Amino acid sequence: MKLAIDCQGLVKRFGTYTAVQAVTFQIPPGKIMGFVGPNGAGKTTIIRMLCGVSVPTEGQATVLGFDVLTEPEEIKQRIGYMSQKFSLYDDLSVKENLDFYAGVYSLRGKYARSAKTQVIERIGLGERTSQMVSSLSGGWKQRVALACALLHNPQLLILDEPTAGVDPVSRRVFWDLIHQLAKEGVTVLVSTHYMDEAETCDFLGFVFHGQLIAFGSPQEMKKREAKDNLDDLFIYFVEHEASDDPRNLIIKKGGRG
Amino acid sequence: MRRFSWVRFVAVLKKEFLHIFRDRASLIMAIAMPIGMLLLFGYAVNTDVEHLSTVVWDQSQTADSRDFITSLRNTQYLDPDNFVQGYKEIEGYLDSGKARAAVIIPPDFGKSIQGQKQANVQVLIDGSDPTVARAVKSAVQTLGLDKSLQLQSQRLVAMGTASGTNMALNIETRVWYNPDMKSKNFNIPALIGLILQNVIAMLTSFSIVREKERGTMEQLVVTPIRSLELLMGKLLPYVFIGFVSLSLILAVGIFWFGVVPLGSVSLLVFLATIFLVNVLAIGLLISSVAKSQLQAMQMTFILILPSILLSGYIFPRETMPKLLQLIGGLLPLTYFLDIVRGIFLKGVGLQYLWQDTLALCAFAFIFLAVSAKKFKKTLD
Repeated sequence: MKLAIDCQGLVKRFGTYTAVQAVTFQIPPGKIMGFVGPNGAGKTTIIRMLCGVSVPTEGQATVLGFDVLTEPEEIKQRIGYMSQKFSLYDDLSVKENLDFYAGVYSLRGKYARSAKTQVIERIGLGERTSQMVSSLSGGWKQRVALACALLHNPQLLILDEPTAGVDPVSRRVFWDLIHQLAKEGVTVLVSTHYMDEAETCDFLGFVFHGQLIAFGSPQEMKKREAKDNLDDLFIYFVEHEASDDPRNLIIKKGGRG
Repeated sequence: MRRFSWVRFVAVLKKEFLHIFRDRASLIMAIAMPIGMLLLFGYAVNTDVEHLSTVVWDQSQTADSRDFITSLRNTQYLDPDNFVQGYKEIEGYLDSGKARAAVIIPPDFGKSIQGQKQANVQVLIDGSDPTVARAVKSAVQTLGLDKSLQLQSQRLVAMGTASGTNMALNIETRVWYNPDMKSKNFNIPALIGLILQNVIAMLTSFSIVREKERGTMEQLVVTPIRSLELLMGKLLPYVFIGFVSLSLILAVGIFWFGVVPLGSVSLLVFLATIFLVNVLAIGLLISSVAKSQLQAMQMTFILILPSILLSGYIFPRETMPKLLQLIGGLLPLTYFLDIVRGIFLKGVGLQYLWQDTLALCAFAFIFLAVSAKKFKKTLD
């Protein structure tokens, strides 16, 4: 079976600073892979390289069978991307945003119309299509952004902290959709700070200081380090990997771990 | 090179027009700013010296002195409306700025003129504004010369030594292109260039910087859109707005200020289009450097100063030091001003404007290449 993502020793350096060090992992199609790790660990940089936006300094990777170095355009046409920032145009209506992204993915005519109707129905945007994005709540904006990313039926969905700052109900609705999509065969790569979300992923990757220090299913990972929950595991990794990191002193003073 | 996709291009184009029509501030800027600037500059930048208030101390009080005052009034430069007695009062008028010039006619003025002697008139000029002072000086000197020649020949005829009043040398001056020497004829055409540059460059840079500011650029880079499609889709609406602004400025210039182009309007529009490409590229360059709309605005304002001072908009470039001439030569506006003034005032065609046109084309090419390259980098 063809891998959705095959990442082999990816390295990214900005000058002398190494943002990502030799990251290697593989995801089969139709699975959900979660990236967890502190802010600034390099999650976004890895994601940007896999999208074909940022060129890796070393290593190689294929996404949906296409090389990130030589075939980034093929990748861009086949993935849906949604970032932590709202990627929508505030001064346009929901429908106008959908129209724009349909055009950007070269959907036209009857096909574009049916793709829009499908997505609107699936995400439940029916009554809000004429509303200005600026008047929507955070949770709804998130769903519209997802709708825009799903228009062209991507085989891989890349979500960079999609639920940051979203209320619990919207978060639940959002994740139900993600699982539904995975069941239909869409591969999902998602970064998150919420451990309850991470728990439901098929694979987890723990990113710290630019390295993928642990990879596996949530159950495996907990068992390996003998921890009851992912929160403890997260803190254990941070302490274990970089005990001299000043950020960890605060955690230790808190008396945890 | 990957294929240019019309679907993607049209999607950007549509979206950009929606932005423009939704954003009242840019709409106002595109329509009200050109007219506002035109009215402001058209009226305020007026270097014509006319009807300056003048104070007169007529100590002679004769028919001859009154005749002289009337001649002064007829020059149109001076309005001798205030009559005073004594230097103290004159000083008050000049100090307070109530009068820009003072004419002092001595008590023996009438007697001297009638008695075949030399009559003296003193004129005091407020020199704080050199342009005004020069104009008044040359006006009264010419008047003095005319008057004395007239008197001289009258006296010669009276003495019977001459039969006619013909002068030995007569120099006839005629001003071409702007016969009334109205400064608005010089200013208004040039304003087309200045206004287009400032309004369109600002709006263009705004439209791209806004995309960076909102974070939507980050989303666009992961879509299959090509930088050329995005660039064209974002710039084309501003070409359209540029034409709207251009028509507005032309209409107000022609119908309100009465400055009618002597040459071909279609040639003007054609060359203005090339200039517009320059302006769009400038806007693009600004947007590649600026991180926020505020910065973009500041950069456009920085551009305005050299545009006004060094392009020949107000001051002739010939008299500038070499270095400033060189800097002025780097502004596309400099060449466009030659073009608009040539077409408006001289009515000339491409046979005289080809050098400026070529310069504009060269600038357009260089600016577009550089800014497009920079723009591509921001996408990667």
